Amino acid sequence: MANIAQAIRLALHLGETKLGVKDIFGEDVGPPLGGVFTCTQGLANAWNSPLDERGIVGMAIGLAMAGQRPVAEIQFCDYIFNTIDLLKLAGNTCWSTAGQINLPLVLMTPVGAGIHGSIYHSHSFESIATHIPGWKIILVSNPRDAYGLLVSAIKDPNPVLFMYPKALIRVQTEDQIPGLTKDPRELSKMIDAPPLDNRSSWKPSWPDLPDFEIPIGKAKVCTEGKDVTVISYGRPLPWCIEVAKELSKENYSIEVIDLRTLYPLDDETIRTSVNKTGRVIVVNEDTEVTNFGEHIIRKILEMCFYSLQAPPKLLAGANTPGIGLAVPLEEAQVPQKIDILNATLSMLKEKA
Amino acid sequence: MTMAYNPIQIYKLMAKARALEERLIKMSKSDDGFFWIGGPGEEAFNVPLGLLIKKGEGLAFDFLHFHYRNSATLIAMGVPMIDPIRQMHCRATDPYSKGRNFVGHFAIKEWNVMGVTSPIEVQYSMAPGTAWAQKRYGGDGITVVTGGDAGSAEGDFATCLSWSNIKNRELPILIIVTNNRYGISTPFESVHGDSIIARRAEAFGIQWDVVDGNDPKASYEKLQFAMGIVREERRPFCLEAQISRLHGHSSSSGANREQSERDCLIEFEKVLVNANQMSKQEAEEIRKTYEGEALDALKQARTEPLPESSTIYEGVFK
Repeated sequence: MANIAQAIRLALHLGETKLGVKDIFGEDVGPPLGGVFTCTQGLANAWNSPLDERGIVGMAIGLAMAGQRPVAEIQFCDYIFNTIDLLKLAGNTCWSTAGQINLPLVLMTPVGAGIHGSIYHSHSFESIATHIPGWKIILVSNPRDAYGLLVSAIKDPNPVLFMYPKALIRVQTEDQIPGLTKDPRELSKMIDAPPLDNRSSWKPSWPDLPDFEIPIGKAKVCTEGKDVTVISYGRPLPWCIEVAKELSKENYSIEVIDLRTLYPLDDETIRTSVNKTGRVIVVNEDTEVTNFGEHIIRKILEMCFYSLQAPPKLLAGANTPGIGLAVPLEEAQVPQKIDILNATLSMLKEKA
Repeated sequence: MTMAYNPIQIYKLMAKARALEERLIKMSKSDDGFFWIGGPGEEAFNVPLGLLIKKGEGLAFDFLHFHYRNSATLIAMGVPMIDPIRQMHCRATDPYSKGRNFVGHFAIKEWNVMGVTSPIEVQYSMAPGTAWAQKRYGGDGITVVTGGDAGSAEGDFATCLSWSNIKNRELPILIIVTNNRYGISTPFESVHGDSIIARRAEAFGIQWDVVDGNDPKASYEKLQFAMGIVREERRPFCLEAQISRLHGHSSSSGANREQSERDCLIEFEKVLVNANQMSKQEAEEIRKTYEGEALDALKQARTEPLPESSTIYEGVFK
């Protein structure tokens, strides 16, 4: 049983042994640390870069131009902002060169709130990321999707942004990588590095890894329901499932969709669900103005207008310049489980 | 590359590149195109650069991260005159961008010419990536990156220097700055505290030099020397070429001929005529021939189709 950090590590190991990944790099990505969230521990092809985000993205683009399959990391998405014009460039290279030069690169970055990260370790990035054409955009919520979608991202011949919620990195969930040991302690003994001062001679013992992938662009229906559709991804997603389970005890039937890929968006899964329920809430952590959820709702209005029984709702982060460190501030700034519950209840009660 | 310096060949290519740029400028001032940007005045440096490139596709050959002033380099590498004219004319036959990008924005996969972009600095951040892949691959292929003096103010230039000479990771990269002393209208010295850009490389332990980019022989020899070090010793070199800007920055400044700048084509012609390597009449014939070729290319490009509106989504992804 793997957590998200381990799932990422396992997918990268598959990448470096079977899929031609020769460079896994970024700040503190290589030994001895193996990533500030441990996602790159024990990998043979992981290396430390200068603390230079533009250099990291530029290196990834150059390696991809040279036919390599780099995986680069920006340590926190809060530090990706000075690379945006290089992200634009990565996204436009294939189009601008009339399809001649494609860039098979993966850029990983942890996102979101929930670890008391204050102003520069709590950002979300999906609303800006999805505004950069030429990228495929992934934001996972569980270890199975982290593994399967990272494998797909590595195989993809285009730039793929792979985001993962830092608050869920250590969470064990039922969504597991097929064929992996069920015992989390056994897996930890195999692939988690010992403390830093005892690490110099450590080598991981990699399990057999399945060539298992989840296709980019396919959402997942987590719980089926007919009363309300809750569309989410990343950190709030497990809360949405918990709310659906709790409300099912009161005979409400909530359909929760985990988008997993934000671009290309799985229109069909959204359309099918909202046409069935007629009521929809979109939940994410990003600031509410020009939020990716607004795009989803626009699509819903175009695709499902005559099926709607209530105005669609966006539950998103407060439009503030940062997330406050104190708990009452952070909890008021990004949606919590109670907010999802309340929004779902009021959506259920909204008159048709 | 161990090719001998051939002044007549270089003169011809310089004249050809100049004829192309002058035709492109005329196009921008007529109904034959929109915005013009290019590098007339840089031929004495850019032609030798093109001749010394190890041309081909893949890691065994040179990877090229050029800026939009490198047309003479591409002409020296063998680009047919009509292709930049097609790009200027936004024709579907433009092989670099199919009518999507400005002129001078070359992209030629089979020669490792990575897409030229309008931002003036991004190539300096990307170039270490191809160089790192070449270092790992071995062989004698190198990465060449070019930019201007104004672009050297961006952090990407420092990124390039910083990533190119990390211990045990020294990269086979030739970092070039063609210094024409202006960023659009702003004189270099009015916004920079340093006077020799290439000297910044010294702080990173990178060998550097400066060359008179109006002198094709000096440029050829200095490029051959610098490339030799990068190719054989697999380590970086930073070369600054001091060059002229004969038609200003672009259409945005009118693109008119600047009389106060040195003209490398006129200077080189005098050198060759004085040395009896070429007659004035021969030089004139060479120039006329290429002017005619450029005009014929324009006439052909005019007959070719514009891209179809229906193609806008093609090539967003592979």
